[in-house]
Amino acid sequence: MLMKLTGGRVYDPAHGINGIVRDIYVDDGWIVEPPTDGKVLQEVDLRGKVVMAGAIDMHTHIGGGKVNIARTMLPEDHAADVVARTELMRSGCGHAAPSTLTAGYRYAEMGYTAGFEPAILPSNARQAHMEMHDTPIIDKGGYVMLGSDDYLLRMMAANNDQESINNYVAWTITHSQAIGVKVVNPGGINAFKFNQRKLDLDEKNSFYGVTPREILLRLARAVKELGIPHPLHVHGCNLGVPGNMDTTLDTMDGIGGLPMHMTHIQFHSYGTEGDYKFSSGAAEIAEAINRHKNITVDVGQILFGQTVTASGDSMHQHAGHAHAHPNKWVTMDIECDAGCGVLPFKYKDQSFVNALQWMIGLETFLLVEDPWRIFLTTDHPNGAPFTSYPHLIRLLMDKTFRNEVLSRLHPEAQKASRLASIDREYSLYEIAIMTRAGAAKLVGLADRGHLGVGGAADITVYTDHADREKMFSKPDYVFKDGRMVVKDGDLIDVTWGTTHVVKPEYDKSIETSLKGYFDKYLTMKMGNFKISDDEIVDDGRGSLTIQPLHKGGPV
Amino acid sequence: MTEKVEEGVWQDVPSPFCGIASDDLTVSVKGQKVSVLENGDAYTASGFETPVTDKAPRVNGKVVTLAVAVEHTARLIHNSKQTVISGLATDLNGARAAMALADKSRATIDHMNSVESFKNTLVLQDTGWMNTTLSEVKNRVDMLLIVGSDIEAGFPRFFERIIWPEDTLFGQDIESRDVIYLGKGPSGRASTSPEGKKAEVMLCDDADLPEVLSILRALVAGRAINAVDIGGIAVTDLARLAARLKAAKYSVVTWAASMLDFDHAEVSVQMVCEMVKDLNTKTRSSGLPLGGKDGEVTVNQVAVWQSGYPMRTNFNRGYPDYDPYLSDSLRMLKDDEVDTLLWVSSFDIERKAPASKAVTVVIGRSGMSFDSEPAVFIPVGIPGIDHSGRAFRSDGVVSLPLKQLRNSGLPSTFDVLSAIEKAL
Repeated sequence: MLMKLTGGRVYDPAHGINGIVRDIYVDDGWIVEPPTDGKVLQEVDLRGKVVMAGAIDMHTHIGGGKVNIARTMLPEDHAADVVARTELMRSGCGHAAPSTLTAGYRYAEMGYTAGFEPAILPSNARQAHMEMHDTPIIDKGGYVMLGSDDYLLRMMAANNDQESINNYVAWTITHSQAIGVKVVNPGGINAFKFNQRKLDLDEKNSFYGVTPREILLRLARAVKELGIPHPLHVHGCNLGVPGNMDTTLDTMDGIGGLPMHMTHIQFHSYGTEGDYKFSSGAAEIAEAINRHKNITVDVGQILFGQTVTASGDSMHQHAGHAHAHPNKWVTMDIECDAGCGVLPFKYKDQSFVNALQWMIGLETFLLVEDPWRIFLTTDHPNGAPFTSYPHLIRLLMDKTFRNEVLSRLHPEAQKASRLASIDREYSLYEIAIMTRAGAAKLVGLADRGHLGVGGAADITVYTDHADREKMFSKPDYVFKDGRMVVKDGDLIDVTWGTTHVVKPEYDKSIETSLKGYFDKYLTMKMGNFKISDDEIVDDGRGSLTIQPLHKGGPV
Repeated sequence: MTEKVEEGVWQDVPSPFCGIASDDLTVSVKGQKVSVLENGDAYTASGFETPVTDKAPRVNGKVVTLAVAVEHTARLIHNSKQTVISGLATDLNGARAAMALADKSRATIDHMNSVESFKNTLVLQDTGWMNTTLSEVKNRVDMLLIVGSDIEAGFPRFFERIIWPEDTLFGQDIESRDVIYLGKGPSGRASTSPEGKKAEVMLCDDADLPEVLSILRALVAGRAINAVDIGGIAVTDLARLAARLKAAKYSVVTWAASMLDFDHAEVSVQMVCEMVKDLNTKTRSSGLPLGGKDGEVTVNQVAVWQSGYPMRTNFNRGYPDYDPYLSDSLRMLKDDEVDTLLWVSSFDIERKAPASKAVTVVIGRSGMSFDSEPAVFIPVGIPGIDHSGRAFRSDGVVSLPLKQLRNSGLPSTFDVLSAIEKAL
């Protein structure tokens, strides 16, 4: 059914289109050329409206074991935001750790059409996909976690060649149905199992003698050589530790120009200056990002209020357990594969440290010059629930508003930050880069995040309201694969998105050694570990979209 | 993946019956007859081998078509003031369908093993824990403390698969592993090492176990204890145990909640979990709750991600309303608060609906017999035998794919519950 979206002001950075009025034609879920005969079956008048591709959250904890532990742990948090069933929607709960169904509805209602789970443990990948399968409307996918798994560390300790590591990475990404590779506290989750309580970039794992720097180099090279579009997704060493900015700078320098995405950089940008021995390293970090063109970051902005932190970083989550609010917390060692830690947390605007974290995040947003290399996240739910994105966008686009909020925060923290003096305000075009075109490029989604012919018709339409929080909270329309799913900010239809993956090639002979490893050391068979394509399709509601690889080859 | 190695013989078959999801079974299928050829245990063998008998649904004892049984059930639910969907021994998609039905019909959901699983869930919701999973235990444990549980009676292959493997990743001599029972002792020899090293046993009555555990935690925390004897165990012995836990590099404390058969056992589980946290100030130690039979972990996982809450949640008001006391289905049935009970039991013919005044619909494994005929009985297939599926194991991290092994023609629980939802 050919549909014409008429006369909207289009922001499509993938094609360099910055607020130009034009028509968009949609047929069978895709953006198409105008019909030669001019005939359309449906027309939606978008004159005066702002039109962007559907937004993409490139780092959001929406599915998998630790998210479900967080949900289980927080009945009191859900109780304040229970969601009733409607004719259209299932019941559920919202806020910090929303139910899968509510998460999908709320993302769509905000104009988001895709979200990527950044920490899929291979041993728990099946669960992550089950949960994402139950997340409506948005597309999904995830990054599989490596770097603390004993199989990789054994290979590295044995000094295996890069090709065998590439094979293992490709095998893992393929059979856990992922689109990228993540490393969390490289080697540190493993070291914690040997009772190491910290692991600096050049510190050796006490059993394997392998360092985080070596792990990052091996994995970043594997990702590049396999042609996986999404750069190695790195949650660095020393999460949340004052002074960790030096490690972060060293990590950037040490990757030797290989593509690397440093996630929730705010949590890794801390100095040790001042009376509180806690200071902002955002200026130095941003300067380094500006200099290193191979580096991308997402911010992991914190916003004030109750949330829950759920991370694969069992080592640092354990170290921080005294800060749990309310006072309950979980860590797990998992399957010679990884780990996790879950701590409810309340960010307080009158806490010096929390206020400065807020400022560090915003400083980073405003001091990194290239919007194609920085992404809007709160590391949902770790910095704040994803539902706070419209508020965050307003903070970025409206200096007066930002400084007004700033003026109410912990006074000593205000003095410790240069945020008030930064004049930059993001434009709609830059927001469209950060949340659409740039995010699609970063994740490796060839057919999403843009409004050109051949793109998927994931389209969000806003009213150009001066209050950007209002504007981004309630889109006028959201189209998902060409179907209108939101009208005037309300859900009117429920669809089920696709799962984006990549399938890099590997040498099948790796399965001989892997099968022996599974049989001998693990507690499930290799064949049962593999997630089939049928499992993603499941009851017919799911589907798999295989994204193209880049040209790989030896670096 | 479960693979057919010759006609009628399947290898690497996961067991959805044993809780730890052993997936090294060899199973033969001849027509409708299934036999476990290798690596079975009591739970797994009866799980796979219980024969199919009745295939026809019944309403008030009369054979009817599936469509009629579904229609009848939908009408019962439609006219009900309080439906409870319980039992819920099913797989991933069965659980999904149960949640969808509960949401639509404003029912209350519960599981047949909730009495046990809530001994753990309440701890997770109150203070949390530091736990581990089976492969970590297999490769790392140097000291296994078993609390109040005769593990091999409920998990016959736990020791063979997890504690006494031939090899471990870190070169540990498995004979150096210490196994210590606190509370109950072992009923068999599974906990004895391959070379004959026997487990140590510190016996006490269940009634004394909470106090014994609190003293042990106090000793681990370095507190002075005046008592000399707790429940028949010398405090000096407990002090030695505390010292060994502190000296161990990767101790694991395990329990089966189903065997902690005393009131408020969750407080004892909490004591254990807090002790493990204390131990981690200096060394590494982890908890390992054992359970997961009858779809218990699977169903709780699905309920939590779809609604935010585990079992014992009601949808009466159109949204999930969690109350582990008020929505305890056994209590509700006992107090006559339920007019319609939907009992799902697709794994074990012996797990039947509790007797009550409620009109009862049983969606159960073929072969079930009843003392009093339920209003509706719909025989269903078994996940991993009659249809494909997925099931979580005890640790809640790993889930396994279950494959269809025979064509019985029986519908799945998902098929039946989805049809009822549609008919509402």
